[in-house]
Amino acid sequence: MEKRLLKLSVNGEKYEVYINPKTLLVEVIRDHLGFTGTKRGCETVSCGACTVNVEDMSVKSCSVLAVQVEGLNVTTAEGLEKDGKLSDVQVAFLDQGAYQCGFCTSGMLMSATALLKENEGKTLTEHQIREGIEGNICRCTGYNSIVRAIDAVAQGKYKEA
Amino acid sequence: MIHDFNYLKPGSLKEALSMLAEHKDECKVICGGQSLLIVMRQGMVTPEYLLDIKHVKEMNYISFDAKDGLRLGATTTHREIEKSDVIAKNYPVLVAMENKLASIQTRNWGTIGGNLAHADPAGDPGPVLIALKGSVKVGSASEERVFPLDEFFVDYFATQKNDDELILEIQVPVPEPKTGTAYQKFNLLDSDMGIVAAAVSVTLNNDGTCKDARIVLGNAGPVPIRVKRAEELLVGKKYDEALFAEAGKIASEDCEPVDDIHASEAQRRHVAGVYTKRMLKKAWEQAMA
Repeated sequence: MEKRLLKLSVNGEKYEVYINPKTLLVEVIRDHLGFTGTKRGCETVSCGACTVNVEDMSVKSCSVLAVQVEGLNVTTAEGLEKDGKLSDVQVAFLDQGAYQCGFCTSGMLMSATALLKENEGKTLTEHQIREGIEGNICRCTGYNSIVRAIDAVAQGKYKEA
Repeated sequence: MIHDFNYLKPGSLKEALSMLAEHKDECKVICGGQSLLIVMRQGMVTPEYLLDIKHVKEMNYISFDAKDGLRLGATTTHREIEKSDVIAKNYPVLVAMENKLASIQTRNWGTIGGNLAHADPAGDPGPVLIALKGSVKVGSASEERVFPLDEFFVDYFATQKNDDELILEIQVPVPEPKTGTAYQKFNLLDSDMGIVAAAVSVTLNNDGTCKDARIVLGNAGPVPIRVKRAEELLVGKKYDEALFAEAGKIASEDCEPVDDIHASEAQRRHVAGVYTKRMLKKAWEQAMA
């Protein structure tokens, strides 16, 4: 099988990888580039553990062909931290203890980040927050702390003074 | 494990159609791939060529005018429909349907054309677009054809579209005055596919009697099913809850649902009836408002 050159940007860095065109985005991210924060879960577009953001838009990387993100900007959980400083959402997750086993966390962070970016400057109801993470399953069922963490960021509690 | 395939990436619609004409017998078309990649991973679909139309820009558009109605390019994503102001204003039922279609991630990448081409009887857009009297335009390198959507689906995962054709556009006419349309699916999680679903559209005369109605069931047979016997029953009648119940009873009789792990045939028939009754009431009340 002929390999194909894929150029993409992940977490602000440009990469060029040679891949079989059937390679999934999650495989490029984890196996070729080593960003193992992104998890492989159900692999049937159900669980959301593999969520990454493409141009600030959440997608399930287990079900996107890597060749389709040619030239686009991908963000994984590793890319949320800037200059050694965790993002507001990450800090809020820590403060609220929004982790149990941690497997869903990277995906939850990406969905939360996309939701907050999309609704910048708007208030979010609890229902909207829950809808915003509808595609992410927490099998420990630790949803309440996750919702609290997102709510705290939405309410501006992490804005720098 | 996905089988190897030759990847085709056309730069334009014209190029896509000529590639498809050349490889039609051993080619699958991918757009968002939110359904296709699952069945490819399961080894159920093993194309020799994969034609990727995700980034064919001329196929991605939403346009509306008061005469011709709505035109959706086939590669328009579910999320683009959900967020469209012009659709929210003129076809609120489409936005409500999209809002409950799978999860945000799937809606961000999956497309309306891909959903219809996949022709899963549990798909949400099919029944709603049929209730709205929608059509689909398909095209090959040599010709274009338009099908009313209620004639487009022929069996489980099968449509009238030939192997050398792409879905190009979804067309929805401007609803007549005094029309209401409602859709609801029955499922356990909001982001799941419907175990069974009902889409109902009602148009009223000035005297409040029913001029026209469409009742479409989702996942109650191999294709979205129009309950024509109930539609005919409604014409000329006035708002009447007993009438809605009768239409629901007909809907539960005139479908052919499967019996599977999600629900028994009997439960699907029952819910098809209940949802028909409820959506009919809801659509009728919208039409009166």
